[in-house]
Amino acid sequence: MFFDFALYHAWLIPLLPALAFLIIGLGTRQNKKTSAIIGITAIGASFLLSLGVVGAVLTKRLVMAAPFVMKTVWAHIGNMDLGMGVLIDPLTAMMLVVVTTVALMVNIYSVGYMAHDPGMGRFFAFLSLFAASMLGLVISLNFLQMYIFWEGVGLCSYLLIGFYYYKISAREAAKKAFITTRIGDFGMLLGILLLQITFGTVDFIELKTLVPNYIWVSGTSFLTVIGLLLFIGPIGKSGQFPLHVWLPDAMEGPTPVSALIHAATMVVAGVYLIGRAYFIFAELPVVLHVIAWLGGFTAFFAATIAITQRPFKRILAYSTISQLGYMMLALGVGSLTASMFHLMTHAFFKALMFLCAGAVIEAMHEEADIFKMGGLRHRMPVTFKCMAIGVVAIAGLPPFAGFFSKDAILAAAAEVSFPLYLLASVTAFMTAFYMSRLLFVAFFGEVRDDCPAQETNAFMRWPLVVLAVLSVVSGAWGHFAGFSDWVFYGVREEEAINWTIAGSSIVLSLFAMWLAYQIYVEKRWSSHQIAKRLGVIYDLSFHAYYIDEIYAFIRELTVDKIGQLALWVDTHIVDGVVHGLGRLTKGLSVLLALPQNGDTQRYVAFFYTGVIALVAYSLFFAVKILAVTGGAF
Amino acid sequence: MNLMDFVRLATHVGLHHFLLFSALLFAIGLFGLLTKKGLIPLLMCVELMLNAVNINLVAFNHYMPVSDYSGQLMAIFAVAVAASEVAVGVALAFRIYRDHGTVDVDELREMKG
Repeated sequence: MFFDFALYHAWLIPLLPALAFLIIGLGTRQNKKTSAIIGITAIGASFLLSLGVVGAVLTKRLVMAAPFVMKTVWAHIGNMDLGMGVLIDPLTAMMLVVVTTVALMVNIYSVGYMAHDPGMGRFFAFLSLFAASMLGLVISLNFLQMYIFWEGVGLCSYLLIGFYYYKISAREAAKKAFITTRIGDFGMLLGILLLQITFGTVDFIELKTLVPNYIWVSGTSFLTVIGLLLFIGPIGKSGQFPLHVWLPDAMEGPTPVSALIHAATMVVAGVYLIGRAYFIFAELPVVLHVIAWLGGFTAFFAATIAITQRPFKRILAYSTISQLGYMMLALGVGSLTASMFHLMTHAFFKALMFLCAGAVIEAMHEEADIFKMGGLRHRMPVTFKCMAIGVVAIAGLPPFAGFFSKDAILAAAAEVSFPLYLLASVTAFMTAFYMSRLLFVAFFGEVRDDCPAQETNAFMRWPLVVLAVLSVVSGAWGHFAGFSDWVFYGVREEEAINWTIAGSSIVLSLFAMWLAYQIYVEKRWSSHQIAKRLGVIYDLSFHAYYIDEIYAFIRELTVDKIGQLALWVDTHIVDGVVHGLGRLTKGLSVLLALPQNGDTQRYVAFFYTGVIALVAYSLFFAVKILAVTGGAF
Repeated sequence: MNLMDFVRLATHVGLHHFLLFSALLFAIGLFGLLTKKGLIPLLMCVELMLNAVNINLVAFNHYMPVSDYSGQLMAIFAVAVAASEVAVGVALAFRIYRDHGTVDVDELREMKG
């Protein structure tokens, strides 16, 4: 019964947090406790409904090919119907559960984390709005609805990165995130418009039947352009090279926000979009190649940066970019299953690690540099255990979650292209290395004398435990319970573990962890010596390849120069015209004011001159008319 | 036009005489309006011009073929309006004299643009 209710009321899932946003935002903003209760209740109810939806999907045997659709007309323009509604298939159900689980955990965690912040009510309002937008995006049934919520999550991201608006760095980071993702969104909007023009609809279900026919008739060349334009949106939102620059800076926001938005949910919206519209992308080999190589490159590129970073959250941010690249790679090599599987496990373990980061940084009194920590495992045992689980999960050791999803991606890559497989393997090795480095440097070694860290409160501890459990079991559960039976495109993929690939990846990960242990705990080799030996490469990596500086330079060269030109045009030409008109009017009025010298009798003279002129004029015509009519009027 | 015609026209008083007379009166009034400097003489000149019009009205009324008094009525109205206008005008002249100490229109240049 409940399953049916959840399925037919799936529209409630985004609506409840939206209501919570309105109630908190308009009413209870000042009251911290009430705001938190309302926010958590709403997202908790959404979580239960999402579980119901999953139950319905399982019991009703809803499959990817035959989703459940509820649709209503939102706007009717000319002969174009814009629909809004709910599309439930296994992919949607999986996303709903992932988003609501992480959002619920983050909401609970925030009660502890934001306890001393006067803006707690506002924080919960924004979190609820974000949850509403993200869930709305997930259940979208056409590109337009998705685009609306896509912009909604972008707005929430902006609001929450700039949550500490009194800090200049936070404001700048918020603007950077918004503008960078806008660049991507613009490309995506063009793609959506082209879809509407070409097919006359943006509905997923209708497009699914139209696209193969279109390709059969007109080939893939024009659709490739649309596909590439659509892909620009995910490049911006999911932090792919070259629009990844906003994601590391987004760590200016409160840490629960980084966990929820910039690790687990919003940034995977791009991956989800491609997954949702996979029936378009799968038909376009060129676009798939671009996605695969860009994803692979981003994964590798971000991993090389993460190795040398020092702030806790920054390492995690580059790691997120790298893992998003992994998901893109999986989509590019044609495995929707592997990509979505990794999306799910990554959401759990990356949210877990970010929440640990929040606990650590708060315990260290806002000290983010991992080299100023050390020995934290003695002070914060629960956080340490959770973090260790997260690290092992992302490094991909069995039986933790990352092993199964990463193995699926590696297997899919190996099937299609050996260079891509190599790239992914090297990235996996680096991932294991830098995550172990983070763990060993921050949590191992001696406790510093001035270390203020203590274990955190219960609100912040229990979500960690829940996510840690999910990080352990979600991979194995997904693998053995048949994730690939639900979420797939075309034909179901065989999911037997390829032990050559899995074995080599385990060996690589273990080797990377051993290496990190030798360098950062045993100190067999000095990390400073290695950095010095690497020289330029280390510098490049430490400064993130100077991408920000390059962008700043390009901006100075182009945008600033255009701005100066526009300013010149504005001050000299536009203002010149306006001022010129003013001066002209002024000069004319001086000229016309000359006869008005206040001499009444001159006015009278002008007046009678006019009268006489009029009379003379009419007499002249009267005589003419008389001449024509022969004397009679 | 021979001499007899001219004599007849000159001695036999008709519409032309009235019209000529009123035109003359109007011209005198206008001349005064343009040349006199005091407010009171200017008012008097305006009266002259008004009365020139009244004479026209009455004359046309008299020489109209049908028997009708609309012209005369109009003239009486005009006289009444002129009387009130003079009252207002003279009152204004007094006020101006008390405020400015003069009624010379050359001195009163506050309306200068």
